[in-house]
Amino acid sequence: MKLHIFIGCIFMLFATASFAAGSTLAGYHMKVDTSDIKSLQRGARIFVNYCMGCHSAAYMRYNRLGKDLGITEEVLKSNFMFGTDKPGDTMNIAMRKSDALGFFGIAPPDLSVIARSRGVDWLYGYFMTFYSDPAKPFGVNNLQFKDVAMPHVLWELQGTHKPVYKTVTHKDGTEVEVIDGLEQVSPGKLTPEEYKATIHDLINFLVYLSEPAKLQRQKIGIWVIIYLLSFLVLAYLLKNEYWKDIN
Amino acid sequence: MSKVMKALNRLLEWVDARFPLTKLWNEHLAKYYAPKNFNFWYFFGSLALFVLVIQIITGIWLTMDYKPSAEHAFATVEYIMRDVEWGWWMRYVHSTGSSAFFIVVYLHMFRALLYGSYKQPRELLWLTGMFIYLALMAEAFFGYLLPWGQMSYWAAQVITSLFGAIPAVGDDLELWIRGDFVVSDVTLNRYFSFHVIAVPLVLLGLVFVHIIALHEVGSNNPDGIEIKKNKDANGIPLDGIPFHPYYTVKDIYGITIFLILFSIVVFYYPDMNGFFLEHANFVPADPLNTPEHIVPAWYFTPYYAILRAIPDKLGGLIAMGFAVMFFFFLPWLDRSPVKSIRYRGWNYRIALIVFVISFLVLGYLGMQVTTPVKTILARVFTIIYFMFFLLMPLYTSTDNDKPVPDRVRYP
Repeated sequence: MKLHIFIGCIFMLFATASFAAGSTLAGYHMKVDTSDIKSLQRGARIFVNYCMGCHSAAYMRYNRLGKDLGITEEVLKSNFMFGTDKPGDTMNIAMRKSDALGFFGIAPPDLSVIARSRGVDWLYGYFMTFYSDPAKPFGVNNLQFKDVAMPHVLWELQGTHKPVYKTVTHKDGTEVEVIDGLEQVSPGKLTPEEYKATIHDLINFLVYLSEPAKLQRQKIGIWVIIYLLSFLVLAYLLKNEYWKDIN
Repeated sequence: MSKVMKALNRLLEWVDARFPLTKLWNEHLAKYYAPKNFNFWYFFGSLALFVLVIQIITGIWLTMDYKPSAEHAFATVEYIMRDVEWGWWMRYVHSTGSSAFFIVVYLHMFRALLYGSYKQPRELLWLTGMFIYLALMAEAFFGYLLPWGQMSYWAAQVITSLFGAIPAVGDDLELWIRGDFVVSDVTLNRYFSFHVIAVPLVLLGLVFVHIIALHEVGSNNPDGIEIKKNKDANGIPLDGIPFHPYYTVKDIYGITIFLILFSIVVFYYPDMNGFFLEHANFVPADPLNTPEHIVPAWYFTPYYAILRAIPDKLGGLIAMGFAVMFFFFLPWLDRSPVKSIRYRGWNYRIALIVFVISFLVLGYLGMQVTTPVKTILARVFTIIYFMFFLLMPLYTSTDNDKPVPDRVRYP
């Protein structure tokens, strides 16, 4: 039927093209699954332990986290919350903006919706490509986010890396050194595979964090569509019943 | 007849003696005769009305929790998304609804181009429709600022700065529109006011006039034949059928198909790869940090491409204005005696195909970072876009139109 092809085309037009997304490093592509609650729990732990020293998630409440990820209030209080926070509070941090500006030169951004602005692949490339750069204040630079002000917080897990250079000759004959790849210098607590799995969990959690309703909407959506499809059958039969007179 | 029915009938008589309820029902539904040969393209009028209702209802609920201030706007949107029961659903329906509105309206307008629905005697119907389109663009533009993300902010900053290009009054006008030297809390507040009350009032008024105008002249149809020319002894068009129940049941069917597609987006692809909700708009507005790539929402990108194609800012603004305004003149630019594309010659058919291609290509180019090649492409397609209108009197009057039958083809 022409109608369906037409509608399909409109859908494809939007679904296949990508609109104004930030550029991502080649070779870093990750699939996440927010229905994997265990992965989200592990990611939440990494987030709280490593990220929340400096980054807030000011639009997210602890008890929502507990409810969605199946974490009891006791575990939430003992393992996820620090200081005087209450379960109904949002995930704020103690670091003052003015202090942060002094420490880093820039205030660490709130991470509530970071996965929606950066995208999964960008985050993957970012977490994988920290490398030693003595010229930077914290001794590290990043391939995905050049001259980032953030130290490599996960270095104890990943270990340290140095860049491998190659010489590229431009059309006009000038030679420049560019980074070809990264090479491990010292090992971390985790093997490269374990680190990758950890990053997967962390990104999975960031995706959940950026839209907790995602868990809900994907579950409900299918029932809404099934309902509408069955209504469609009735609407179609009703239409045909009336239009018999005209035909 | 049961007692209840008798009582209801008496109530209706009582009302009819004081308000033309039955008369209105008959004139606009039960005895409003529409051509029986409506096809797929004729769903989009009622769909546009349906989406308008969706937007108003979800808008009312969103307004209950949204705060139009530079300090709170971004946070209240996230509050709606997380803490308000079903808030995420209201928000996604509203954001998807705005894109759906433009898809439906563009297809509704394309239908008019296919079947010559703007031609005599429907010129005013077309003009009121065009004013609805303008109001819709204003409504979308004002609403786009409200989430107060980076793209909201900078798109508003860029668009308002365009007014600065107007000679003599430009700078004052720019300041007057923003209420500040840059887009700020003041701007956000007034855009909120425009978005939730001023423009919707205009929009509803125009939709009312549009429907009244339609019911006065009667609907066109895919054959472009006036069904009022062939009436039976009772004065009822031979090819007409009462809108209710025939088109009400058909539209319920169409609306259900629409709702299925709509729900797929709302529940599974609410940001539609950045087309419906842009990635950069999940960063709070920052007046000190300009994003590297500022683009308007997808439904404005053809015009944005035309704006950028012209090397001069004022020239670009004028070209963009004309790109929209030319639609108003279609009823008088089109000199063909034939309405429907079914009986038009190849001149118009090719012109329309080329125009649609240029509109889509410009829409694509408007989303892209400019490069020398893309700028040249944008200029070529801008010229093609305008040629569709400027050459229309020529190619429609010399077209080898086919003879039009007396009665509509059905089925």
